[in-house]
Amino acid sequence: MSPAKEDATAKPPVTGRRIRILIGKPGLDGHDRGAKIVASALRDSGMEVVYTGLHQTPEMIAEVAVQEDVDVVGLSILSGAHMSLFPRVRSELVRRNMEHVVLTGGGIIPAEDVAALEQGGFAKLFGPGTRTEDIATWIQTEMTKRWSAEGTTR
Amino acid sequence: MSAPTAAGFSERLLQGDRGALARMISWAENGDERFGPALDLVYNRVGRAARTGFTGPPGAGKSTLVNEVAKALRQDQQTVGILAVDPSSPFSGGALLGDRIRMEDRALDPGVFIRSMASRESRGGIAAATVDACDVMDAFGLGQILIETVGVGQAEYDVVSAADTVVVVLCPGAGDGIQAMKAGLLEVADILVVNKSDLSGADRLESDLVEALHVRFGRESSFPVPVVSVSAASGKGVSELLASMATHKAWLAERDLPALRLEKRLQRVRAALDSAVSSALWTRLGFGARARAQLEQGLAPHRIAHDLSARALASISPQDLRTS
Repeated sequence: MSPAKEDATAKPPVTGRRIRILIGKPGLDGHDRGAKIVASALRDSGMEVVYTGLHQTPEMIAEVAVQEDVDVVGLSILSGAHMSLFPRVRSELVRRNMEHVVLTGGGIIPAEDVAALEQGGFAKLFGPGTRTEDIATWIQTEMTKRWSAEGTTR
Repeated sequence: MSAPTAAGFSERLLQGDRGALARMISWAENGDERFGPALDLVYNRVGRAARTGFTGPPGAGKSTLVNEVAKALRQDQQTVGILAVDPSSPFSGGALLGDRIRMEDRALDPGVFIRSMASRESRGGIAAATVDACDVMDAFGLGQILIETVGVGQAEYDVVSAADTVVVVLCPGAGDGIQAMKAGLLEVADILVVNKSDLSGADRLESDLVEALHVRFGRESSFPVPVVSVSAASGKGVSELLASMATHKAWLAERDLPALRLEKRLQRVRAALDSAVSSALWTRLGFGARARAQLEQGLAPHRIAHDLSARALASISPQDLRTS
C-alpha cells in the first residue's frame, strides 16, 4: 500500500486557511465590470472574495476589511481619483490596526502614480491588459510568502 | 511579533474589539487550534443573544430582508450581528461573497457587525463554523444574531441547529401549492415570509401556504406558524415580521429554551466527536488503508465498516473512559 493511495481514501480536510480578499470600488466611478471579472477569476482560483459593490467610501472599505478579516484588499478605480482615494483607504486601514493587509489594485493609473502608490504602501498595482491569472498567481505567491514568514503568529 | 494567544483575543473580544471578533470567527472557520481555548474563556457569556435564521431559495430576497430587519432592530436600539453564508465552489473551493451589497447602509453602524461566510464543504445551507461564529458574536455582546443561509432547495436545513427561530423566505412565481406541501424546508419554519408581496401571485402563494399549514400534522411543536407578507425592497410588512419574531421568542421562553438549546449543543458535541474519532481511526490508526485492502479482496462496504467498528470498540475498555 503506497502512502499516496492511502491519502486518496482520506476525507478532504474540512478546515484550513483560505485566502480572503476584499474587492472594493472606492469613489464615484460607476464602472465595475473589471472588478467583477477579477473577483470571479479570484474565486475560480480558490479564494474567498468579498465584493461590496459600487460607490464605497474609504471608511466603508476599511470597516468591511476588519469585519471580514481579509488578507488582501484590492481596489479598482477608473475615474482618475486614485491619488486621493487609495492613500485614504490605506490610512483608514491603518487606523483600524489593519496594516498587515496586503494592498493592491488596478485601473487606469499613470505610471508615475503607480510608482508613488507602490512607495506609499500598495504592494502592487495592475494596469489594463493584465491577465487575471497573473493577478491570482501574484496574490497566491504573496500570501504564501507571508504565511510561511509569520508561521503561527497570526 | 509574538503569536497572538487565545487568552489575549478573548480579553480583546470582551473589551469590544471588532478585530478580535473577526479573527476569532476566522479561527473557527479555519479549524485553528486557538479557537477552542479562546471560546472556552468567554463561554459563560454565550446564550444571551436571540438567534434568527433566514433561509429560502436563491433570489427570494433574503439579504434585502435581513438588511431591513437589521435596520428595524437598530431603530429599536438593539445591536445586530449578521452572518451571511454564500456557496463555495465544489471545484475551485473559492467563493464570491456578495450579500453585503444589499447591506451597505449598515456598513458604518457601530451597532452592527456583518460577516460573510463561505459554505466551504458543508451542504446543509450554512457553514460548519456558523454556529461557532454565532457563539463568538453572542459572547461579544451582540443582542440579535441574524443568520442568512445560502440559497437553498428543498432539503437543506442545518440552520435549525444554529437558530432559535427559523424564518423561511419565499417569493411568488416559484412553484405551486403542491411545492408548499412537500416535506422539508416548510417543516422547519417557525415563520413563513412571502417576500415581494407587491408581485402578482403573492396572494395565491400566501393562501397556498396557509392551506399547507392547515393540513400539516404530526409536528411536536405547536407554535402557530404565521405567514407574513413582506416587500423587503420597500420595507412593507417588516414590522409585522419583527412582531412575529418576538412572538416566537416569547413562545420559546414560556417553554424550556435552555433545554432546547442544550439538545442542539449536544448534537454539536456528537458531530464534533464523530468527526474527530472517525478521522483519527481513518488516518492515524490506518482504518482507511485496511478498508481499501478489504475492498480489493472483494468484501462488501457494510461488512468492512461493521468489522472495523467492532474492532475499534472492542479495544476500548470502560475503565479507560472512567478517568478524570
